[in-house]
Amino acid sequence: MNDVSLWAVFLNSTIINNFVLSLFLGICPFLGISGKLDTSIRMSGAVIFVMLVSSSAAFGIHTLLVALDARYLELIAFIAVIASTVQLVEMIIKKTSPALFRSLGIYLPLITTNCAILGVALFQTLRAYSFLQSVVFALGAGLGFTIAMALMAGLREELELADVPNLVKGAGLTLMLAGVLSLGFMGFGGLGG
Amino acid sequence: MSGNNNPATAQPTLSLDTFLDGIWKENPVFIHLLGMCPVLAVSNSVINALSMGMATMFVLIMSNMVVSLVRHWVPGQIRIATFIVIIATFVTVAEYAMQAISLEVYQALGAYVPLIVVNCTILGRAESFASKNPLLPSLVDGVGVGIGFTFAIFMMGAVREVLGAGTFLEIPLFGPNFEPWVVMVLPGGGFFVLGALLLVVVWINERFKKENAV
Repeated sequence: MNDVSLWAVFLNSTIINNFVLSLFLGICPFLGISGKLDTSIRMSGAVIFVMLVSSSAAFGIHTLLVALDARYLELIAFIAVIASTVQLVEMIIKKTSPALFRSLGIYLPLITTNCAILGVALFQTLRAYSFLQSVVFALGAGLGFTIAMALMAGLREELELADVPNLVKGAGLTLMLAGVLSLGFMGFGGLGG
Repeated sequence: MSGNNNPATAQPTLSLDTFLDGIWKENPVFIHLLGMCPVLAVSNSVINALSMGMATMFVLIMSNMVVSLVRHWVPGQIRIATFIVIIATFVTVAEYAMQAISLEVYQALGAYVPLIVVNCTILGRAESFASKNPLLPSLVDGVGVGIGFTFAIFMMGAVREVLGAGTFLEIPLFGPNFEPWVVMVLPGGGFFVLGALLLVVVWINERFKKENAV
């Protein structure tokens, strides 16, 4: 069992080791739908929800599989839980907000292949977090993802108005910006121990 | 993906293009921007990058083959879930194999080995190519895209290791006076190098387009 305090776990996953900017998890949606602030925040909401559910489920699965001595099934079980949670979120969003459903488009089912979510499940297992720590870790990671998405979306909304060379337009420029953001986040390095 | 809209690849034809497309014209990383997470995360040295490329290529080829074999029996609604389970199975195989071959590399790659499951390249190829094509083209496509992916991650690893540590495959390249450009092996450097490589690829493609037009 890992005896790091809950606050340290939270701080660590939110800003010190931000999932997007320093662990490189969840890059696809980060580059793909960070064009508009509104969409990216709602998308992050869905991601946080899926993270919380799959993190709690992953904790249960891990305990069960260790008891059964069948840890080689872990990965398959994790991904199956994540896929079904995403399906659930997709159905809820489709019913409650068809407009949001359309604007998220292909990226909604792609939450399944969002590395950040499987990453939460894998890292919490790797670091032997307790149940409470796992949930806090998932929440922190989700918030970190939201912060990164919101920052990037804000920057890109401004960039729409800027005059940049044709070659750099699109992914190249976004990556450069992400690099600068990532350097900025390194400044949080010593925080919280 | 443009590959499945193209009538030539939608039919079970096998040509050199099936293989070559994956390497450059449809390179998963440089053109489609898929599977960026491992490309950024484990490309801080050449050996890590190559191992990750090989592991991904293995999973890609095997899952392409199996998906292509079972494509007639999988109902449309649950195909994504089925593909994911197939991919997860091969990733587990790759994970255990890597642990047996080189524990050192396995520990350096850490959680990024199981994360191959969520590499969008693999699911993308299963969905857009292997689920529509017979065994042999799917195998060739897997090899082509796999080489394309390995090429991309190798380029990243090479640039970052040479600039960030002054070595290539841990062999020192410059004299003792070389001051390593540490930012290159840090997360920020990953973004910068990938951005720069994308620029180079766009530039080369533009040049080709102009030459063909003239």
